[in-house]
Amino acid sequence: MVDADPQPTEQPAQQPLLRMRGIVKEFPGARALDGVDLEVRPGEVHCLLGQNGAGKSTLIKTLAGAHQPTAGEILIDEEPVVIANPVAALRLGIATIYQELDVVDGLTVAENIYLGHELATGGVTRRSEAARNTRKILDRLGHKEISPHREVGSLPAAGKQIVQLARALSRDARVVIMDEPSAVLDSEEVGNLHRIVRELTADGVAVVYISHRLEEIRQLGDRITVLKDGRTVAESLTVADTPTKELIQLMTGRSVEYAFPDRPGVAEDAAPVLQVEGLGLGDVFADVSLTVRAGEIVGLAGLVGSGRSEILETIYGARKATSGTVRVGGKRLRSGVDAAVSAGIGLCPEERKSQGLILDEPVYRNITLSTFSRMARAGLLDERAERAAAREQVEALDLRPAGVERSARTLSGGNQQKALLARWLVHGCRVLLLDEPTRGVDVGARAEIYNLIRRLADDGAAVVVVSSEIPEVLGLADRVLVISDGKAVHEGPAREIDEHAVLDLVMEGSVA
Amino acid sequence: MSQRSALMGPALRMGGLVLALVLLVVVGVATGGERFWSFGNFTTILSLAAVIGVVSIGMTFVITSGGIDLSVGSVLGLASIWASTLATQYAAEDYGWWVIVVTAMAVGLGAGLVNGALIAYGKVPAFIATLAMLAAARGLAEIIAGRRTQVVQVDAFFDVFQAKPLGLPVIVWIFVVVAAAGWFLLNRTTFGRRTVAVGGNPEASRLAGIKIKRHTLYLYALSGLAAGIGGVMILARTTAGSSTNGLFYELDAIAAVVVGGTLLVGGRGTITGTVLGVLIFATLTNVFVINNIDSSVQAIAKGAIIVFAVLLQQWFASRERVSAT
Ligand SMILES: Nc1ncnc2c1ncn2[C@@H]1O[C@H](COP(=O)(O)OP(=O)(O)OP(=O)(O)O)[C@@H](O)[C@H]1O
Ligand SMILES: [Mg+2]
Repeated sequence: MVDADPQPTEQPAQQPLLRMRGIVKEFPGARALDGVDLEVRPGEVHCLLGQNGAGKSTLIKTLAGAHQPTAGEILIDEEPVVIANPVAALRLGIATIYQELDVVDGLTVAENIYLGHELATGGVTRRSEAARNTRKILDRLGHKEISPHREVGSLPAAGKQIVQLARALSRDARVVIMDEPSAVLDSEEVGNLHRIVRELTADGVAVVYISHRLEEIRQLGDRITVLKDGRTVAESLTVADTPTKELIQLMTGRSVEYAFPDRPGVAEDAAPVLQVEGLGLGDVFADVSLTVRAGEIVGLAGLVGSGRSEILETIYGARKATSGTVRVGGKRLRSGVDAAVSAGIGLCPEERKSQGLILDEPVYRNITLSTFSRMARAGLLDERAERAAAREQVEALDLRPAGVERSARTLSGGNQQKALLARWLVHGCRVLLLDEPTRGVDVGARAEIYNLIRRLADDGAAVVVVSSEIPEVLGLADRVLVISDGKAVHEGPAREIDEHAVLDLVMEGSVA
Repeated sequence: MSQRSALMGPALRMGGLVLALVLLVVVGVATGGERFWSFGNFTTILSLAAVIGVVSIGMTFVITSGGIDLSVGSVLGLASIWASTLATQYAAEDYGWWVIVVTAMAVGLGAGLVNGALIAYGKVPAFIATLAMLAAARGLAEIIAGRRTQVVQVDAFFDVFQAKPLGLPVIVWIFVVVAAAGWFLLNRTTFGRRTVAVGGNPEASRLAGIKIKRHTLYLYALSGLAAGIGGVMILARTTAGSSTNGLFYELDAIAAVVVGGTLLVGGRGTITGTVLGVLIFATLTNVFVINNIDSSVQAIAKGAIIVFAVLLQQWFASRERVSAT
């Protein structure tokens, strides 16, 4: 059907597999796409680039049959097609990995992967065959350890992402669309992902790849289409010929300094704000000790599944520690989230949709979710104060669109992340625990968020950051803790260690 | 623009409910004439609506939070029995009519606290916990009553409850006050905000520092208290406590709440909608009674209305969301 060609980009005359022309998508009250063109060839990795809210996810949802375009044309093999629903998209050979996790928590890994195209004879599912195939796919993804019979709800975010990936691979698609697949993955996982993508393209499959990590696009992409405010501003640029600076310029309309804020250094006599001693949680992690002083940012580096998120959640009281103590400002914390919040701890959770936001509530109420009680007088809400506080943060974080009345559901992924950060900015935390704070955030806003975190620390907050991007941890934090297999295997100043050293430590730890 | 379209949904829904009510009134006038269109009959409709109404206000909170309370009918029955036992009546003769009121409310509150504790701290699903209470409270009511009705003979009680300020029975005024208080509580207070938040996303609410267990306890206590108040009101209306008081009220209340536009999955609640839902069902019953139509037909019509309302709700929801993110 499709001739495999190892270097398709070298042949400009090749017929495109997929073409979108003048795509417009209107939502009640918002025009998300305003004339987008896209052309994808077989065997290429076509990257979609654009700021938060540019319309990338909306575009691929029209391809996946999740949205109907208001106007415009979609052609496959130069034939116009109508993609009425997700099933139609799959029939046309388009498989999609959505930005937001869309797995069913109550089903097993195998059931999720074959959801909607169950292997069945006369309505009876062929479970062992499904399990066998699932094992094969997971093996290919480098995840033998995930059992096909495991309930998906018990997997961490990255594991769920793997399941989504496996699901797309189970479909034998001609076009695989990936909306920020690497956002929750650590460097090893990202390596795996890239290998899979290359295998796919070698077979002639086209991959549409969305990411905010520009280095990754450099490594992986063949061509790039840039979106800005719902329009295509540059179509099919060749990755090799386009400098990063130009890409940023195209995306943001300005040039952004992609640098980490200065580290002023923490005074030796600064008071310890957060003191964690011998903290443990069952067999997830054990004996984690950590002191964060006022003005200090501590980064936790490690592989996905090494227990970093669980450490944050346990400090926060969202999980019940099986050993150890947490002190804030010298005072021992009672267990429970509400005690942590009243002691001035804030947590930006890893999964913003399921753990962070109330999607059908307005943005301002999401921002004031942990402060509305405090703003209230005698139990009476002060919505005026809430809106004012929310607006202030929306402006500070450049959250777009700026209206605070719209529901959180209508925000793009990166903007939802900003809304979550805004919640704790309003709260004014003494201790801020950030789990993947820049997940899905665009380059421009990323720099803003780094500055903001640093400013919070300068104002006396103690910050703990978990990130799967090691350069981010090393660039932002004053001190790093390397976590491997639920144990802290290294602690030291961030300046004195580099990415390779961190990776070595992580590997050693998991072998030992 | 986006603000307006966000507000359009609820406004449209309320418009639809008002329209349904107006249609019912038109049918009532057309088929019943004077017998329907009279002050006396309106008082009848409102008295009928009042008891279910108060119970439904409590139910609105529970459903908005993503829960359900199946026990309200039985708890109402138990409260009415307990408040009309001879012992309570003697005490009321000695100390005052309020003993009856306080007893019923305390019984309702107590049952609600048991529900809430089981659900919040015992991690029993709301459906199961309140189903158990539905059975247990009814059984207890039967034991206390010995399957007899207990006529209230405390004159002071009726002096208070059979008065008609501004021409309307006291129980109608109780409904008005409870509905107004419920609206205020849901829309203007931190309690209401927590209720909506917990219904919208319990995990996110918990991680934002809301004490969801304690709040759950309060919610079921509130619903129980409303059922207790309903118990007093039914004593005032029928003058007797009976173990069959409030039978199937949980279904009527849930129907009124859902028809009113509160989402059964939680996260959105409307007191105004509940009040309209209660009035619609009360008027419907009244129109059927006036026309001597069999109560089985009535039940079928009720069922049809519920299904229609839920379909309408889903249609609105799908228009608002367009498609999930
Ligand atoms: N259901 C909806 N209703 C109204 N507006 C919406 C809806 N979904 C998306 N939008 C708007 O459409 C625009 C594009 O959103 P989209 O999710 O496609 O952005 P994106 O490029 O994927 O951003 P990100 O990098 O943050 O994921 C945004 O302004 C967003 O607020
Ligand atoms: Mg997106």
